[in-house]
Amino acid sequence: MTWRSPLALVRDALRGQRAREKDLRNLASNLPYEGLEKAKQPNCYFPGNAIKTTKYTLLLFIPMNLFEQFHRLANIYFVGLAILNFVPVVSAFQPGVALIPICVILSLTALKDALEDFRRYQSDRKLNNTPCFIYSRKEQQFIKRHWKDVRVGDFVKVVCNEIVPADLLLLHTSDPNGVCHIETSNLDGETNLKQRKMMSGVCISDPEFEPESFNSAVVCEKPNNNLNHFKCYVEKPNKEKVGAGIESLLLRGCTVRNTDHAVGFVVYAGHETKAMLNNKGPRYKRSKLERKLNTDVIFCVILLFTMCLIGALGHFLWLQALPGVPPYLVPDGNGHLDSPSLSGFYMFFTMIILLQILIPISLYVSIELVRIGQIFFITNDIDLHDEGTDSRVQCKALNITEDLGQIEYIFSDKTGTLTENKMVFRRCSIMGTEYAHKENAIRLAVLDVPVSEEEVILNQQPRPPRIGWSLDTEDSNPEDKWHHHDNRRKSKVTGNAQSDAAFSSLLEAEVIPDRKLLQQISRAESSSSSRNIDPYLDFFLGLAICNTVVVSMATARRQRVSGFSRSDQTSSPLDTLSSLVKKSGSLQHIFPSWQHKPKKNRTISEDSVEEEDHVKPPVKIEGSGDTNKLRTCSLHTPSQSAMTPDNLSYEAESPDEAALVYAAKAYGFTLLARTPECVTVRLPSGEDLVFEVLDTLTFDYNRKRMSVLVRHPITKEYVLYTKGADHAIMELLGTPYTEYLSGKQKNIAANTQHHLDCYAKEGLRTLCFTKKVVSDKAYESWSVNRQRALAAIDNREELVMDTAVQLETDLSLLGATGIEDRLQESVPETIMALREAGIQVWVLTGDKTETAVNIGYACRLLEEEDLVINMSCGNKFACTSMLDCTLEEVRRYSEDPRNVDTTQNISLVIDGRTLTMALSSDLQKRFVDLAKRCRTVLCCRVTPLQKSRVVTVVREQLNVMTLAVGDGANDVSMIQAANVGIGISGQEGMQAVMASDFAISRFKHLKKLLLVHGHWCYTRLANMLIYFFYKNVAYVNLLFWHQFLCGFSGSAMIDYWLMIFFNLFFTSVPPIMFGIMDKDVSAEMLLGVPELYRTGQGAGEYTFTTFWISMLDAFYQSLVCFFIPYLAYRDSDIDVFTFGTPLNTISFFTILLHLSIEIKAWTVVHWVIMLGSVALYFIVTLAYSAICVTCNPPSNPYWILQRQMADPMFYLLCIITTVVALLPRYMFHVLRNSIAPSPLVKARHLDRLDPSTRDQCMKEWRSFRGIAHVRPFRLSTPPSPTLETPVDIHPHSSATSDIMWDERHH
Amino acid sequence: MVKEEQELANRPDNTAFTQQRLPAWQPMLSAGIVIPGFVLIGLAFIGIGVALFVTSRSIQVLELDYTGVGQNSPCYKCTYPNVSNCVCDLDFSIDSLFKGTVFFYYGLSNYFQNFRKYGVSKDDVQLSGDLTNFKSPSDTCSPYVYDSNNQPIVPCGSIANSMFNDTFQLFQKINGTKTLVPFDGKGIAWWTDYNIKYRNPSVTPLKNAFNSTVKPIFWSKPAYDLDISDPANNGFINQNFLVWMRRAALPNFRKLYGRIDEGVYAQGLPAGNYSLAIAYNYPVLSFDGRKKVVFSNVSWMGGKNEFLGIAYLVIGSLCILMSIVMLIVYAKFKFPEED
Repeated sequence: MTWRSPLALVRDALRGQRAREKDLRNLASNLPYEGLEKAKQPNCYFPGNAIKTTKYTLLLFIPMNLFEQFHRLANIYFVGLAILNFVPVVSAFQPGVALIPICVILSLTALKDALEDFRRYQSDRKLNNTPCFIYSRKEQQFIKRHWKDVRVGDFVKVVCNEIVPADLLLLHTSDPNGVCHIETSNLDGETNLKQRKMMSGVCISDPEFEPESFNSAVVCEKPNNNLNHFKCYVEKPNKEKVGAGIESLLLRGCTVRNTDHAVGFVVYAGHETKAMLNNKGPRYKRSKLERKLNTDVIFCVILLFTMCLIGALGHFLWLQALPGVPPYLVPDGNGHLDSPSLSGFYMFFTMIILLQILIPISLYVSIELVRIGQIFFITNDIDLHDEGTDSRVQCKALNITEDLGQIEYIFSDKTGTLTENKMVFRRCSIMGTEYAHKENAIRLAVLDVPVSEEEVILNQQPRPPRIGWSLDTEDSNPEDKWHHHDNRRKSKVTGNAQSDAAFSSLLEAEVIPDRKLLQQISRAESSSSSRNIDPYLDFFLGLAICNTVVVSMATARRQRVSGFSRSDQTSSPLDTLSSLVKKSGSLQHIFPSWQHKPKKNRTISEDSVEEEDHVKPPVKIEGSGDTNKLRTCSLHTPSQSAMTPDNLSYEAESPDEAALVYAAKAYGFTLLARTPECVTVRLPSGEDLVFEVLDTLTFDYNRKRMSVLVRHPITKEYVLYTKGADHAIMELLGTPYTEYLSGKQKNIAANTQHHLDCYAKEGLRTLCFTKKVVSDKAYESWSVNRQRALAAIDNREELVMDTAVQLETDLSLLGATGIEDRLQESVPETIMALREAGIQVWVLTGDKTETAVNIGYACRLLEEEDLVINMSCGNKFACTSMLDCTLEEVRRYSEDPRNVDTTQNISLVIDGRTLTMALSSDLQKRFVDLAKRCRTVLCCRVTPLQKSRVVTVVREQLNVMTLAVGDGANDVSMIQAANVGIGISGQEGMQAVMASDFAISRFKHLKKLLLVHGHWCYTRLANMLIYFFYKNVAYVNLLFWHQFLCGFSGSAMIDYWLMIFFNLFFTSVPPIMFGIMDKDVSAEMLLGVPELYRTGQGAGEYTFTTFWISMLDAFYQSLVCFFIPYLAYRDSDIDVFTFGTPLNTISFFTILLHLSIEIKAWTVVHWVIMLGSVALYFIVTLAYSAICVTCNPPSNPYWILQRQMADPMFYLLCIITTVVALLPRYMFHVLRNSIAPSPLVKARHLDRLDPSTRDQCMKEWRSFRGIAHVRPFRLSTPPSPTLETPVDIHPHSSATSDIMWDERHH
Repeated sequence: MVKEEQELANRPDNTAFTQQRLPAWQPMLSAGIVIPGFVLIGLAFIGIGVALFVTSRSIQVLELDYTGVGQNSPCYKCTYPNVSNCVCDLDFSIDSLFKGTVFFYYGLSNYFQNFRKYGVSKDDVQLSGDLTNFKSPSDTCSPYVYDSNNQPIVPCGSIANSMFNDTFQLFQKINGTKTLVPFDGKGIAWWTDYNIKYRNPSVTPLKNAFNSTVKPIFWSKPAYDLDISDPANNGFINQNFLVWMRRAALPNFRKLYGRIDEGVYAQGLPAGNYSLAIAYNYPVLSFDGRKKVVFSNVSWMGGKNEFLGIAYLVIGSLCILMSIVMLIVYAKFKFPEED
């Protein structure tokens, strides 16, 4: 390295800074500059690919860590106290000794941080040294280097199944179509393959790709964390600009699949890659308990100051009362005595030092430890483990476990959360004619029959390769298929048993065609005249083409290489534990971090991968795993060629797309291949049509539709197939479809709408399909606009969307489909249980009202006898008046004497538009007031933003604990707005999971997570906190009472080391164990009687009262612990520390036995820890008193405990004092449990019974409550809408019915 | 099925511990269950209480205040200022035999040996016989480290400086003649104190160790001359010194001065008239203190202490009472499952 002037260095640094901060970056190839020094490199300002996620460096660890730790107010407080102790006039202890507790705490935390950081360092190093191929000009080929050597401007080659080392702009792939398949599960958890297009024409790539020919400049935006967005253009030397977006970007962390190799240009490296920018680490929320805790800490501070003030005042008065100078009053060095007031002033600070333990120093550390333990147990719960996806519950937020026990409102998404999000094609309507698909319905009904255990096992036997009953040949006729029913059913059962969550399971893959429709198609096929314009054929072509489904071959079975996700490294459970406490992020926080069974190390060697491909069935059953497995089997039948339809598996971004493609396949329209340029569809006739894809207008939430523009191979027409939500499509319908159908067009739309409404009532998801033929001229002009929009850097999204909207007009309706989204298992039970637990469940969905209401009934969110208030209105005035009269009505109803003390079974259904008005600031209060009185609220057609708004409004207005649960990207804002956000790792990717605090895999897991773990975590932590405060006050007060007998001089009668040990060792483990392991009621009881959950809601166990009761108890106990020994030793020759020893021992026993009273269930661990603490106390104290001869003045505890333990008085004193101290609490518990037992106590009683009796009792308990809930309804008739509400506001039959008392009596 | 198990690498261990199903003992605190416990504890406490009470009753104690506050007090004369080497005789009589070894204590009231600054004012290293700390005592002894001539004070510190310096001689008066009742001053301090904790420097004669040091300001004799009669009882291992150095926990305390266990008095102090000759040196009136002497015999439970016996009796009875209350509660509110 040559010498450079500091000025140049500064200049370079500034220039680099500027280059990094610019909105647009100009990147050039590094190759021409190869071998030059760094400063001459064109891209030298951008960071390299080496990553460093460590927080500290070796040299600066101590100062940086201390700085970090002193962000905690408590730590500053304690250090302040320790420093205070160095001021001679106020010191209470030996100055050095006072530093010990804070040093221990700080060093423990530092040690923990250091260990974590070391682990991060190790994984960084491993990642940085992962091999990769970089092009070198010298060698004229790609040479093997490491990830850390990759720089912006390099050309990197990635081979199949390898992980992309940096964000690459794709320039070349081995695929003839110029695509590269990637899997992004490391980034967003989506397991389906995605296609990336290469940028063509910027490099010579024929016959061999030559990076050196790259002489363009790449202009890209500043790095950002949006995984689905990227803007860049390549400026060729001739100033021609070619735009590129996310579809040409290979993201760091993705895995290349199905593509032999790909070469890309590095645009972002290292920390600037999107993967790294997305890596934010665990979230930190403050729990409700913690907020309360902090106010109590402030109470403690006030208490401390009061006590210190008493001490100071007492000292002053005591000095004043002295008639002379007694020999025990020590003057200062000059023989001068301070005045009483000055001494009193000093004494205040001495007292603070003496009584500092009142503010529990180890509290925060203990809480952290308890939470780690609680999370350990939650994540290890086998009931919360999903067999299908082999995923555990993940705790991403580390400090809100206890909030799970206090939830009052749940906001749930519908699709994918309540339902499987496994779409099953049910019915369709084409050209206004309904095809009911009855056989298919029967088949699905058969599947619903629960499968007995034996059958499942039986079916686990190796089965013969599946003979394709589902249209492997084109002469598909229904009768033929019907014969295979048995066979089919068997394989179906197997499929289900093996993997519930297989993405495109047989359920979707198999559709039994409707006979009538089949005939219709064959008729259309045969009549060659209308061959290419028949709406039936067009409908199915639309089904097959209008999507983004990727076809993958079974032969290209992908093997997951999990080198990137660091959580896959072999690590012990202990490591995981400590990783939980991590404060800063490393990648592993994003990715599922609980796969910790040591796995065998997979090498990225291709050979072994391929070997495994064939020998082993996929280890993880994920995304289309099931179908693939079947295909793998069928591979062995020699006759099948690679292109048979049976060999295909579809990978879709959303499951309904796959369902539609499968449906089309069932009718013979098989999607054979899809590349960015063309789509191949096999027609029922066996003919393969290759459509040239001109453009794909992707789905977005605003348009609620997507389109594919293709060129028909035969007619050469430009055809636009559009599918979308009915309301998004219906208003775009234009000219009639074809001339010969012209008269019917209006009818078709009306009929289809009618069918759609029927579908919605059945709870089906509906989609409309349309076609549009675009004229050549129109296409050309549009195409220019489109290109311009795509190349734009500013406002690109809007421009692209505008072009999409431009094209999607004058559509002709083909038909509609109804897809069933089946309820997840145990959803109704879960909702019932949650409701019994006193939790209000709201459903916020983007679906139609009818669909939502239907699902509401299906999952027992709405009951038959409920009053359903349907709110839907067009303008604000109507909305206001409606809110008012509904509220009035509901109020009147609840004030009805016959309905007193009953839960009102009123439900509210509201649509998005009305919701917007209801949530406006002036109506907000009324809406919340109304919603509060309703048992269930269903919000339909809401946008993601509205979801979060609803959550925020309810949380803030009602001041309640809210939980939001969802699975999709549209739930992210809601999940973040709620106190507790739960993500369901379902079919829609991992965005919800990544934003969530907890991630579960099934909705039903919510029941145990809340009712059992939530309850436990809350009661455990609440009781632990109360105990912690009690413990400190009870102990410190011994010192306080002693002040009254030592002239308020701040002297202690307990050796300071023992005091430290007392808090740090003797009594620290039991409360932590208590906080982790105590079990007030068994899981069975909590699940069986959800009502028990109510104890945690609202205030719960940790309230103002309980806190102060335990404080009072602490005062009482310390009084007893001090004054009984005092009275016993009064007028004797006992010395200071001999007096302190029994006090310490008594206090120790009292504090431990106090905990024993609170412990509800004693397991082996409890016994070991409790007895271990006692043993530790005696061993340490005895050893200390045997060793410490002249140490630690003034106490010199030498041989004190030994002498005491030889004295019977010591034992007699310990026994009686402990008994007297604990008697009130014990009696209180006994009497309360006997006279007015809480539900929890009753539950504990039931717990002791044998299981059969217990179940009986549980049933009785529940049914008793159940009747209490239902009965009042029979007593009083619900208000009738005709009574008072003005008629004009709620016309009953109107489509925009404003208010509707939907009273169902079946 | 076995294969499937293997595939689920992520499945948590199904153990009693991880699933929180460890067998547990769940004590239920309710009236019915605690009755036997209360009765047992109550009876046991009453038993212990009776034993303690009876034992305490059998202990004889004689306390005599000799501060000399009242004009009639024999030591009144010694309370004048400017009186030195004052000796006063305290006459008393014992009605019945003081059984066993009689312990003789001196007591002080309103004397705060537990005062914090007072408590730290000593040098443990010096007291363990380290000669370097003879020359430069620890700062903790301030202000009693050096005298006005900058000579180190040994033993330094406030505790040593304020050592109690009244001395007592007990005489039995039989027919007008005074017989000395000897105090046994050996072994009145803790064994560990004069064998391990406190050591004299290993210099013979002991006096030489104290060269170029001065005695504490309040002391009349240097440390090596505390007990003229027994050379082994001098310096830092002087028993009275050790007793004083073990600071009392409470402001009203007594400290052992000697035992009466020799000769004719081995079986106790016979009834009769006695006279206690007190060398009155220690000033207590400046802080409203009181001085007293105490004769007491001891039992297994130490000195007389009625409190503990009474406490046991009260709590025992309370437990019995509680069990009765519990019985009523139990009868009224029992759980059906408990049958």
